[in-house]
Amino acid sequence: MKLITAIIKPFTLDDVRSALEQLGVLGMTVSEVQGYGRQKGHTEIYRGAEYAVDFVAKLKVEVVTDDAGVDKVIEAVAGAAHTGKIGDGKVWVTSVDTVVRVRTGERGADAL
Amino acid sequence: MEGNTAWLLTSSALVLLMTPGLAFFYGGMVRSKSVLNMLMMCFGSMGLISVLWVVYGYSMTYGETVGSVLGNPFEMLGLSGLMTPEGDPTAGTVDVAFQAMFAIITVALIAGAVADRMKFGAWLLFGGLWATLVYFPVAHWVWGTGGWIDEMGALDFAGGTAVHTNAGAAALGLVLVLGKRAGWPKEPMKPHNLPYVMLGAGLLWFGWFGFNAGSAYAADGVAGIAFINTVTATAAAMLGWLLLERVRDGKPTSLGAASGVVAGLVAITPACAYVDTWGALAIGAIAGVVCAAAVGLKYRFGYDDSLDVVGVHLVGGLIGTIMLGFVATASVVPDGEGVDGLIYGGSIDLLGKQVLSVVVVMIYSGIIAAVLGFLVKAVTGGRVSTEDEVAGIDEAEHAESAYDVAGGRGGRPTSAGSGVANSARKLEESNS
Repeated sequence: MKLITAIIKPFTLDDVRSALEQLGVLGMTVSEVQGYGRQKGHTEIYRGAEYAVDFVAKLKVEVVTDDAGVDKVIEAVAGAAHTGKIGDGKVWVTSVDTVVRVRTGERGADAL
Repeated sequence: MEGNTAWLLTSSALVLLMTPGLAFFYGGMVRSKSVLNMLMMCFGSMGLISVLWVVYGYSMTYGETVGSVLGNPFEMLGLSGLMTPEGDPTAGTVDVAFQAMFAIITVALIAGAVADRMKFGAWLLFGGLWATLVYFPVAHWVWGTGGWIDEMGALDFAGGTAVHTNAGAAALGLVLVLGKRAGWPKEPMKPHNLPYVMLGAGLLWFGWFGFNAGSAYAADGVAGIAFINTVTATAAAMLGWLLLERVRDGKPTSLGAASGVVAGLVAITPACAYVDTWGALAIGAIAGVVCAAAVGLKYRFGYDDSLDVVGVHLVGGLIGTIMLGFVATASVVPDGEGVDGLIYGGSIDLLGKQVLSVVVVMIYSGIIAAVLGFLVKAVTGGRVSTEDEVAGIDEAEHAESAYDVAGGRGGRPTSAGSGVANSARKLEESNS
């Protein structure tokens, strides 16, 4: 099993969610995060005092899938989150040892 | 009489609402770790100053004059002689109520300067002493029968001198003694909730109609003039502040709009029943632009007036009070009792009186506030420790945190000595 983690622009979330839904992905976790890559931050001004705000608001989408579904999930997320402009985000994949469904105690791929 | 009483009762409630409005105006500007403390400093003023006011404050302000500098505090101690259903209430109980709200907000205004760092007990001690030694006497000078500023003939309709210049100067005196926030000005101290700031500014504007038009003490044409000038100048000041930001910083900001509103309200306060539309527009526009520039002074001179009480209230109060010397017009004042400013052919006397009254109040308030600052520091320590300040004053001084939206911060009843924990344990035992 693999954990697919995607950092995306917040407004692309709904497109990402529906693309994953069409693939048959049954669940995901979304968190509000902040960070920067090549996009860097921006400037804010309060009563004339300028602040360089380094971190940009992004969403982190996490999906666990079986090994066979990895490429499709990556394509779906990357396709839906793509605008072609700087700051579109990243997708990465990590291996998952096991998964437990809390309600039933099922383990591994059965718990997805 | 009934109509006037109804309007003054309504105005009193409007002016009370300004202090919670101010609490949100200020509260949105601080960081999320100190918003509760800011709200509490304002609410603390509502609690403490109300009590002082009815016990001796009203009498110190409106009692028989002692040498033109203060009212006799014992004459109406505990409102003695005033708690009667007979007579004109706008000269009795309703006057007490209306003016109580002015005392409350004047003290609360100072809180913006000491955000994030002042011990709550120290704040209350300072507020009580400052009200007693500065606000009550100065309000007597300006509005009390026989007060020297009133006798001299200087104009302050609703409190440009007695409230705003007074509070702004006190803020400056206090922060010079109390010192800067840890990390200022290097660390970013961004407002944590600008919608609060806008909401607070809106509530302030709403309540300010009671402040200014209520100061007519009648539901009459003077109140109408004060009311419309409170629209005119405030609107012009907001536009002025935004224009300066657009030119200087490139963008008109929501914080700028809210700040411009307050700057305009401050500046028109002394003048609202003494100027025509052109005077109100001039006062508002100049206050908006000048205050927007004046909030930068603290960076040049290195005093941490956290939320710009000096830049907005001291500077705005000075602008409104002094500009009366130029733009006051007798044409809006009933019974030929008005005076003209310089541009309406008046003599320079008025300008001289305006400057003298406001400068004396500024110096007196600033010096006494600084002295009280030293005193409060000696007695209470004045500020929370740097560690507490960095962790957040809400937790250190009030044992609370403002925001826990999803319950994600956790929290369970503590085991030792807590009544809640004991009750919870008993309940659990009886259930099992």
